[in-house]
Amino acid sequence: MPSQPIKFYQTGSFVVGNRLLDVEVRSTQSDPKRANTLTSGHRACQGCGEALGARYALDTVSRVTGGKMIASNATGCLEVFSTPFPETSWQIPWIHSLFGNAPAVATGIAAAMRVKGRDDVRVVGQGGDGGTVDIGFGCLSGMFERNDDVLYICYDNEAYMNTGVQRSGATPGAARTATTQPVGPEPGNEFGQGKNMPLIAMAHEIPYVATATVADLRDLEYKVERAMTFRGARYLHILVTCPLGWGSASRDSIRIARLAVETGIFPVFEAERGVVTGVSKIRRRVPVEEYLKLQRRYAHLFGKKARPDMVAKIQGAADRNISRFGLLDETPEELKPPGDASDAATSEQDAVQQPPEVIETNAMRLTAETLEGAR
Amino acid sequence: MLSQIEGSKAVADAVAFCRPEVICAYPISPQTHIVEGLSKLVKTGELAPCEYINVESEFGAMSVAIGSSAAGARTYTATASQGLLYMVEAVYNASGLGLPIVMTVANRAIGSPINIWNDHSDTMSQRDSGWIQLYAETNQEAADLHIQAFKLAEELSLPVMVCMDGFILTHAYERIDQPTQEQVDAFLPPFTPRQSLDPDHPVSIGAMVGPEAFSEVKYLAHAKQMLALERIPELAAEFQQVFGRDSGGLVHTYKAEDAETMVVALGSVLGTIKDTVDEMREQGHKIGVLGITSFRPFPLQAVREALENAQRVVVLEKAFAVGIGGIVSSNVRTALSGIQLRGYTAIAGLGGRAITKASLQKLFTDAEADQLEPLTFVDMDWELVERELQRSQLTRRSGTAYEHQELNPELVSAQLL
Amino acid sequence: MFELRIHGRGGQGVVTAAEMVSLAAFAEGAHAQAFPSFGSERMGAPVVAFARISDKEIRNREPVMAPDGLIIQDPTLLFQVDVFSGLKPEGYILINSSRSFAELGLGDLSSRHKLERLLTVPATEFAREHVGRPMPNAALLGGFAALSGVLSLASVSAAIREKFSGKVGDGNVGAAEASYTYVQQQMKELANA
Repeated sequence: MPSQPIKFYQTGSFVVGNRLLDVEVRSTQSDPKRANTLTSGHRACQGCGEALGARYALDTVSRVTGGKMIASNATGCLEVFSTPFPETSWQIPWIHSLFGNAPAVATGIAAAMRVKGRDDVRVVGQGGDGGTVDIGFGCLSGMFERNDDVLYICYDNEAYMNTGVQRSGATPGAARTATTQPVGPEPGNEFGQGKNMPLIAMAHEIPYVATATVADLRDLEYKVERAMTFRGARYLHILVTCPLGWGSASRDSIRIARLAVETGIFPVFEAERGVVTGVSKIRRRVPVEEYLKLQRRYAHLFGKKARPDMVAKIQGAADRNISRFGLLDETPEELKPPGDASDAATSEQDAVQQPPEVIETNAMRLTAETLEGAR
Repeated sequence: MLSQIEGSKAVADAVAFCRPEVICAYPISPQTHIVEGLSKLVKTGELAPCEYINVESEFGAMSVAIGSSAAGARTYTATASQGLLYMVEAVYNASGLGLPIVMTVANRAIGSPINIWNDHSDTMSQRDSGWIQLYAETNQEAADLHIQAFKLAEELSLPVMVCMDGFILTHAYERIDQPTQEQVDAFLPPFTPRQSLDPDHPVSIGAMVGPEAFSEVKYLAHAKQMLALERIPELAAEFQQVFGRDSGGLVHTYKAEDAETMVVALGSVLGTIKDTVDEMREQGHKIGVLGITSFRPFPLQAVREALENAQRVVVLEKAFAVGIGGIVSSNVRTALSGIQLRGYTAIAGLGGRAITKASLQKLFTDAEADQLEPLTFVDMDWELVERELQRSQLTRRSGTAYEHQELNPELVSAQLL
Repeated sequence: MFELRIHGRGGQGVVTAAEMVSLAAFAEGAHAQAFPSFGSERMGAPVVAFARISDKEIRNREPVMAPDGLIIQDPTLLFQVDVFSGLKPEGYILINSSRSFAELGLGDLSSRHKLERLLTVPATEFAREHVGRPMPNAALLGGFAALSGVLSLASVSAAIREKFSGKVGDGNVGAAEASYTYVQQQMKELANA
């Protein structure tokens, strides 16, 4: 009899519980013998997506390398909250040098291991979006170009959070930050070209590129494990929620990350040598408002001075992602929300979308609860 | 073994004998021949095991060096001028982290205006970075200092900059007594760091240090550099034993015993100065020379002892501090505090302008007659300068500085000679 | 000490010529120094290189202001750059040309310097003939060895082979020898005149 995989879901965050799974497919984190490369005692905010993502990622590296790993870390939240002198949360050899050089430092460590005949020791470079797409961009590209044997992980919370939430090259259009305030005719961050770092990594045709979020942590672990099966330059781009910077409830970190995926705003995929090899399909598509309304950094798009035109731009970008990466399976007509892949908007679109029919979904009910609760 | 080779080759060969494990470099005039030479040695397998990494910028170069040195590999890089400035954040980072990186700086002027020729403004700008700075007088000394530098760096856990005049030394062919691998191995033991990035002994390196501990950390770095004041002469003596020649040390004096006038300088200009001093001695002038090899740490005691019996000191510098004047001279003045003698600062050779024996003779003679300004610029075209200053008084307009100058083309081409 | 200044244009091997002088002097057991005055790599621009030969350590690093010898690799520089600046009265001049000093318009130089020390040699032609390329530097060194006697032809040839291997080395040595013979011949004629 053919077997059909069944996914179990808990309410709310839609996280699959480990207890419901076979032992082999449980997360590394569920193992009491996990390495705890980033162990407790660090000073991250409650609900920090980066701490969550880093812990999952690095414990996986530790598992597959038998602990033979070294990490270089850019200046940023992760570095600051993990090493408040004289304490450290790291149980692996770890170095923080500067803001813009984590990839280069990792290159140097890898070279040292190679020259000493210690190819068994694997190197991870990591940083936030600022340290990766802006100030670290040159070094990262150099690392890719040389195909240095480094796994670089970008924890993307879409702004310079550690210094007080300033806009970075990864900050999405319309988002409020301390340097892109929600005032004036174009409130929030400008809609620019964006910097699609995973695609840029793919353009270097390095062995492995993947994106992941803290909403599907088992997928994150899988991506890390897969990356470690390659030698050469590898890049992981992980969307990590920042409750402080995004203005969201700390209990919503995973939910928000999931909504980023389910709206199409953040495509989850893998690529090898510049070619996409797999995507995570959107299981249950939602309009971008569901994602945006949970975050105060987008609050200026709604309410009294609502900007449906800007929301439409965000929706348009999400639609383009869905179309470009093929994120949707064929779904019955009535479940398709308006503005889907088949009539993807152009960047010049100024047309205001007709407000969608109000369909009371679980998510919307929860959103209302969340916002009510926040007040 | 005696060879007639380019300075850059002498340095590349000396560095190779030191068995560097990682070399990471970005090309910039006039350092290029050094890194080209090393890349060839690695590619042919003559220098092995060694990883040679072509980095994407000088900032990348020092950053890769930081990673590699922190992971326990003997690491080398080289740069000059703009490249040194581009990596400054990492330069300070390396010394703060106590990493024994050795770097050649082929001294070159800093823009704007862009200028690829020699002066000391690049390394002078980094005198506060916490790196040890050694200045070579000849290509022989440049080669020898690299060997001493690795040993010094690894003993003290401090990075060392070996400064050699760009083009004047790097691109000059002269006679070099090249060491053998056996000699270098006898002098320089393998690199065994106290602490490194090692999965068997995990450590966190590079934490943020707040007000409660920062001062102490900084002082300890200074104290470490001060230890070099003792170690550098000892190393020179050990070097003499193994290699049979006098290279390095804190300072060198020349015909200083009864000198009434002492000339102080760094780097290759000391050769031209010594020839000038020889000629003047023949004419009966009581003049001598102090060459400073270790600029950081600054050998206050040794400089004081060398100069305290003179009547006057002329510090000849290839860089200056805009807005105040001499750099080396202010360090020399500190060494001489409390001692009464006449001090003159002479700025020469900026942007590669030739320093001639004739100009030096005039400068020293004027100094002996105490007919020098406290701050002099040697071979300056005062007419041009005055004219330009007058012109800019008449019409105040912003814009780049040198576009406003009426340069005399004949003068410029004559200077090229 | 013998101080030599070599003038030419970028791409003509001026710097290599000075280096070869130093290699030849080293082979004879002398101290030698060679260095260029230019920096940026650019074909065709005027270029100067210097060499010093001495039996003692050479410490002076100023450009050669008062040369004992001059080699002019490119006669188009003659009225463009002051190539003769500082030449000592007993100095030697060797110019890469098939024309004579007088034909080059340099007749007045003979009043300030020794006539028998001012020669031309068609070095580019010799180079074309022996090497197949118009690179006159090695040939000029052969000629200069004959003119000044400061270096032997054997040392010059050895220096050439250090810089150029195989057929190119052979060719350059051939050009140097041809040039040496040509200059020797000229000197004989001048002496007998």
